[in-house]
Amino acid sequence: MTAHARFFTAAGFALLLGVTAAMAQEKFQKTDSPPPPPAKYQKMEAPPPPPPPVLNQAFGPVLGTTADHSKFEALKGPFADSAAVTKACATCHTEAEAHIKKTIHWTWDYVNPRTGQHLGKENVINNFCTNAKDNEGMCGVCHIGNGVKANEEYAFNKQDSVDCLVCHDRTGKYYRLPPTRGNSACAAMFEGRDPINFAEVAQHVGLPGRENCGTCHFNGGGGDGVKHGDLDSSLIRPSEALDVHMSEQGQNFSCSECHLSKDHKIAGSRYDMAAKDEGGVGKPGQRRDVATCESCHGAAPHPKPSLIGYQLDAHAERIACQTCHIPKIARGGVATITDWDWSTAGKMVNGAGYYEEEYTQGNGEKRHTYWSIKGDFKWGENLTPTYKWFNGEMIYTLADSKIDTSKPVTPINDPQGGWTDPRSRIWPFKEMHTNMPYDAGNKTLVFNHLWGADDTAFWGNFNIRKSIAAGMKMENRPFSGEIGFLPTVSNWPITHMVAPKEEALKCAACHARDSRLAGVPGIYMPGYSRFGWMDFLGLAGLGLTLAGVAVHGGLRVAMNKKNKGEAK
Amino acid sequence: MTAVATSDFIDKEEPKRTVMIYSRYERFWHWSQAALIFTLAFTGFSIHGLLPLGYKLAVQIHSWAAIALIVLWAFTTFWHFTTGQWRQYLPKLASLPAILKFYAWGILAGAPHPYTKTLKRKQNALQSLAYLWFMVVIGPALWSSGIVYLTYPLWAKMAAGTHALEIVAFIHLAAAYLISIFVIIHIYMTTTGKTPLHYIKTMITGYDTIPLSKAEAAYLAEDEPNRLKS
Repeated sequence: MTAHARFFTAAGFALLLGVTAAMAQEKFQKTDSPPPPPAKYQKMEAPPPPPPPVLNQAFGPVLGTTADHSKFEALKGPFADSAAVTKACATCHTEAEAHIKKTIHWTWDYVNPRTGQHLGKENVINNFCTNAKDNEGMCGVCHIGNGVKANEEYAFNKQDSVDCLVCHDRTGKYYRLPPTRGNSACAAMFEGRDPINFAEVAQHVGLPGRENCGTCHFNGGGGDGVKHGDLDSSLIRPSEALDVHMSEQGQNFSCSECHLSKDHKIAGSRYDMAAKDEGGVGKPGQRRDVATCESCHGAAPHPKPSLIGYQLDAHAERIACQTCHIPKIARGGVATITDWDWSTAGKMVNGAGYYEEEYTQGNGEKRHTYWSIKGDFKWGENLTPTYKWFNGEMIYTLADSKIDTSKPVTPINDPQGGWTDPRSRIWPFKEMHTNMPYDAGNKTLVFNHLWGADDTAFWGNFNIRKSIAAGMKMENRPFSGEIGFLPTVSNWPITHMVAPKEEALKCAACHARDSRLAGVPGIYMPGYSRFGWMDFLGLAGLGLTLAGVAVHGGLRVAMNKKNKGEAK
Repeated sequence: MTAVATSDFIDKEEPKRTVMIYSRYERFWHWSQAALIFTLAFTGFSIHGLLPLGYKLAVQIHSWAAIALIVLWAFTTFWHFTTGQWRQYLPKLASLPAILKFYAWGILAGAPHPYTKTLKRKQNALQSLAYLWFMVVIGPALWSSGIVYLTYPLWAKMAAGTHALEIVAFIHLAAAYLISIFVIIHIYMTTTGKTPLHYIKTMITGYDTIPLSKAEAAYLAEDEPNRLKS
């Protein structure tokens, strides 16, 4: 069985759910598009049980434990649900809930102090399934809240509403289901899973391992590896070649080895990045607010004394560590989506949605290349990232941003910085290209109501006009009623899947005419850069000199013979 | 001054003697410099992407060869001033037209070289002018920009967001083209002696057959007999 199959998380359900929803539906409006190719229908089957978690992961500076949770009276159980477990946790961990509720993991709400933009999953529009807002019934599967059940309002302030177990379960047997069932046919997808023995899970809690964080972060964008390119289930048990830090043969780092936390606030949010960290390692235990390479490796990490070592350290002034040390992304056998076309979503066969699986990824699994609920996808593996200047700031195109349709592509998030900005470095990105619905009249992005049991949700009704109108109404936003499709790009900074040092980019990957960094503005890069007219003059000078010498030499030889001839 | 000027066209009646005119150090300097310059040109133009040597290896060889050349030049500058040999490069332009005319026409027509080497003045006016240009303009442009280039790690932080590296590279590359042109002409000129290899042999053995004044011959016989071969 493949790693991907074994790691079938709650978020992974999302994929299956949509298909089921699609199948059950009848309200699809016929279009004039040509008949779709032969369809494959979703087999309704429960996902396989998850594997046991990877042991002995390194967890930041915390090593060893002084508490055996199986011995705690409060955790004897039985527990009816995870909220009951949370209540028990809080009898000792009295401040944990208060901590959690201040973090972005809880609030999904974040104001970037540098740009002032209001971000977080409750605000942004992305170019995958476009918006978590108004789709909480599904997307909330990745919110660490409890007590949100079908037909229940969100109650984030409720006591004991934090789900401790999704992050701290170390049995691998805990799972979350979408808060609501969505379209009627979806219920079948939640059947057949082993019931959770909450007491067992509660007695085997620990610091979060890669499996825990990966439950959500490996599955962003709707499935394994879909979103990031450098985060997918292959990182649960990666080879050393895939990730030198997380490999069991190497350091076996858990995520929190780098993403240190303070009061449950975890360092290293993409929303506010440290693109150039000159703080280095700091004093022992001091730096808990960044998850940069430099915070462990220092700002001058290459071997010295060595001529190349000094030069490589100097590269770090303008080149992010990741640029050389992550030569390719999506190289663990799990593919990532590079292109998504929403404009083809909603095609049906025999009155039902369908999917095609034309892409087989490295680990042998097939991936959707068309899916009625989402449209067309293109996948990629072993991809060369795109390189851009980046100072850590991203400007997002938000719900109220006016879109400049004269641009060929609208950036969903636009990396700021440039070569004249000393705080910027050249970073690798995964670019995600999506042709996504927008309000062509008002020229804004839209909230699309995808998930729900009502007759407007796209996943089930397949009427994008209705689902977007519903989403915009829920958000109280102006909607012209005119739907267009907008080419967009989102930029995902690459920082995981760090290769062993031997696999880092070689000099000539950039210092060559076919440089990886070709097209990045404002760099003089020996081996790649030329000085147009000066190179021309220099080479012309060399050529003329050689020609002159040849002519002069030739004349000398010729005249010499002639002179000798005359002398005779 | 008049004494030196007349030595440009020394009395042809003086008997010719075979004498060491390029000392051991001078020859060591010349040939090691030649080797280093070829190495630097090959690796340097590889770094620039015009020749095929791999980038990293080229950078390593180029850097170490540059350091070696800088050391060599430091010693040689010292040598020039302690021995007074630096005077060899003072341009004596009076005879320049005659020499230019020789290379433009006389050499083709079989005319004799208008310049005769002497102990005090080993180079003709064109040579000293070319070498002076090499040592005062091209050389310093190369090594000064090269040192700045090599020490980029020391000033990378200051240069972030500026064209500094590009300017340094520009100067270095422009000087590299010039020195390459110089070397081509220089090598060609070595073939213009009595025989095509005469000058090269001289630069290897150090000995050439030149007219010596009685005073010079007497001095050498007395104080540096090793330099007189015949």
